[in-house]
Amino acid sequence: MGLKVFGFKGGVHPLHRKEGTQDKAVERMQAPKLVYIPLQQHIGAPCEPLVKPGDRVKLGQKIGQPKGFVGAPVHASVSGVVKEIRQVPHPAMGQGLAVVIENDGMDEPDESIAPKNLESLGVEELRDLILEAGIVGMGGAAFPTHVKLSPPKDRKIDTVILNGAECEPYLTADHRLMVENPQDVVDGLKAIMKVLGVERGYIAIEDNKPDAIRAISDAVKSVPGAKVVQLKTKYPQGAEKQLIYAVTGRQVPSGGLPMDVGVVVNNVGTGGGVAQPKNLLVRIGTTFRDVIDACGGLVGQPAKVISGGPMMGIAQYTLDVPVIKGTSGILVLTKQEAETPEPGPCIRCGRCVEACPMGLMPLFISAYALKGDYDNSERLHAMDCIECGCCSYICPAKRPLVQSVRTAKRVITERRRRAAAN
Amino acid sequence: MEPLIVSSSPHVYSKDTTARIMLDVVLALLPAAAAGVYFFGGRAALIMVISVLSAVMTEAIVQKLMKKPVTISDWSAVVTGLMLAFNLPPTVPLWLPVVGSAIAIALVKQAFGGLGHNFMNPALAARAILLAAWPVYMTTWADPIHGAMGAVNAAASADAVSSATPLAILKGLEGTQEQLPPLWSIIVGGTRGCLGETSDLALLLGAAYLLWRRVISWRIPFSFISTVALLTWVLGPQGLFTGNAIYHIFSGGLILGAFYMATDYSSSPVTPKGQIIMGIGCGIITSIIRLYGGYPEGVTYSILLMNVAAPLIDRFTMPRIYGEVRADV
Repeated sequence: MGLKVFGFKGGVHPLHRKEGTQDKAVERMQAPKLVYIPLQQHIGAPCEPLVKPGDRVKLGQKIGQPKGFVGAPVHASVSGVVKEIRQVPHPAMGQGLAVVIENDGMDEPDESIAPKNLESLGVEELRDLILEAGIVGMGGAAFPTHVKLSPPKDRKIDTVILNGAECEPYLTADHRLMVENPQDVVDGLKAIMKVLGVERGYIAIEDNKPDAIRAISDAVKSVPGAKVVQLKTKYPQGAEKQLIYAVTGRQVPSGGLPMDVGVVVNNVGTGGGVAQPKNLLVRIGTTFRDVIDACGGLVGQPAKVISGGPMMGIAQYTLDVPVIKGTSGILVLTKQEAETPEPGPCIRCGRCVEACPMGLMPLFISAYALKGDYDNSERLHAMDCIECGCCSYICPAKRPLVQSVRTAKRVITERRRRAAAN
Repeated sequence: MEPLIVSSSPHVYSKDTTARIMLDVVLALLPAAAAGVYFFGGRAALIMVISVLSAVMTEAIVQKLMKKPVTISDWSAVVTGLMLAFNLPPTVPLWLPVVGSAIAIALVKQAFGGLGHNFMNPALAARAILLAAWPVYMTTWADPIHGAMGAVNAAASADAVSSATPLAILKGLEGTQEQLPPLWSIIVGGTRGCLGETSDLALLLGAAYLLWRRVISWRIPFSFISTVALLTWVLGPQGLFTGNAIYHIFSGGLILGAFYMATDYSSSPVTPKGQIIMGIGCGIITSIIRLYGGYPEGVTYSILLMNVAAPLIDRFTMPRIYGEVRADV
């Protein structure tokens, strides 16, 4: 390839286990009879429902309107009749209000989803389109894309990075998207560069996906100022701050956002416990149970079902949770794979310090957190933790490092909130 | 359907465990143990077995008494027992390793909270106490049954006389008239000294294994040994730059100490920068004791002193975090 390969400090090398699905073309899964569309699919306030039980909705019709600026509308993923609006299990929040739609199988499209020509659209039109389409990031927070594309005037954005690292083990959805639809990815980059008025665009891909690098490199030739950046295969290469450092050499200040260094990052775009692991294109609101059935069902007893990858994904308590916009994959682990090891005493080997991509000392933050001394956890920069899980992964004593840091972060955030309120 | 396991991420873990790391250290010590037996005979093997057994038994007894889970299967007591034996002369009475192991495990390790909480290397702290309590037993060197010193001195000396180690000769202690043994015998083995330190070649073989397995990093050993090499060369007996650095590197317990003792996780800094400071500090103290102190050997005390400083070093060498905005920048 002759491309320079970029990386960051720290990180770990978990087995990537992508063999099962990386060469499997994306299949369109048949839409289920019922879809459950949560009204909150991202950080920020939940949407107000725009429909009521008994209403007929079309495919792509807006059914939920966000209350604040940080939010994105939700849309019907099938055409049919709204059955009810009720609490359902939610993959990230435990429970959440959702619109339940009975699919009529017609897939009658809503007028709003007519294709538009990228070249003929103005910047404001384009940004409104992205807002109306409810596009959100595929990171854990599912951050609304239009917010990222509306930086304050005093922030000069000069670089856009599309994140195609997909560093989580098992997951191959972004990989397949880049191989099969490189033009769509490049068009997305073009649209974002246009909205932000930026000349420099990068699509960053880990070097364990040579076919994706080839496909995207070919497609990106048509966009002036854009190019592919080859990244080292290492976890968490796709973490926003590590990615920005690898691509631009810039560091996002502690407590700051990528736009503070003039960068906007966007995503380009499913284990052992299912019979036929697949890459599926799934309607939002399809339950995990339906998706797993489409993969040939479960093999034996599932012990753990994860929304996302094994490093940062969220373990689910039921298979009845629906797929939401931020669902990057569903992972079913068998009992043997899901075993949570018994923690032993810290032997101070320092591997967590070496692995931490943020340069923190997880063993000390965790030790203070476990004693309830959150002041000292904060002093050791607990709030800078990106919760990638490298420390817990690498720990030979199997200590719950990131888990206890997470607790510390929650307490510290709560305290700051209360202090600000007083 | 059985309830699904719900836990906080991550959901996968690396294969490395505490027990595997300790086992790796034991495996790395085996070539040197074999060399000890080859050069000093069956008694060396006996001392090692007694030392390991009493370390493991002390751990089990103390944990039972303190009503804590017994963790002898993590191999850490085996490592301590073997390390202690490596630091004993082959002539010691057989009860000495028993006392030493009891001190190492009960006093230095378990009294402070067990694995990961000892603030000094248990085996070295025990050696220091034994050296103070029974100085004669601890400095009575036997001639190896194979090797240069054995061959040269076999006729003159009995089995256990207080004959000089290469470092003592280097220092000109005890009015010794003996010649330094050839360099190859110091590296391969066969000079007087403790059980485990005789063959640097065997120790380096194990060290290479530990580096390859990433159980230890190069930081402490490299900075420790280079500091000793530099200082003993510069501060030579006949003026600046006349020292015999090569003999200093391969004599005594430097290789054993630098790769296996100073790298003890619990009692060394966790920060990369801190580990380099630890190594340099050990090197300075070792050189000062060897060149100007009352003892011919300084590795033990240098490591113990730096062990005590480790928490402080960690505190001052916190890594710069990603994106940190420092007040002074």
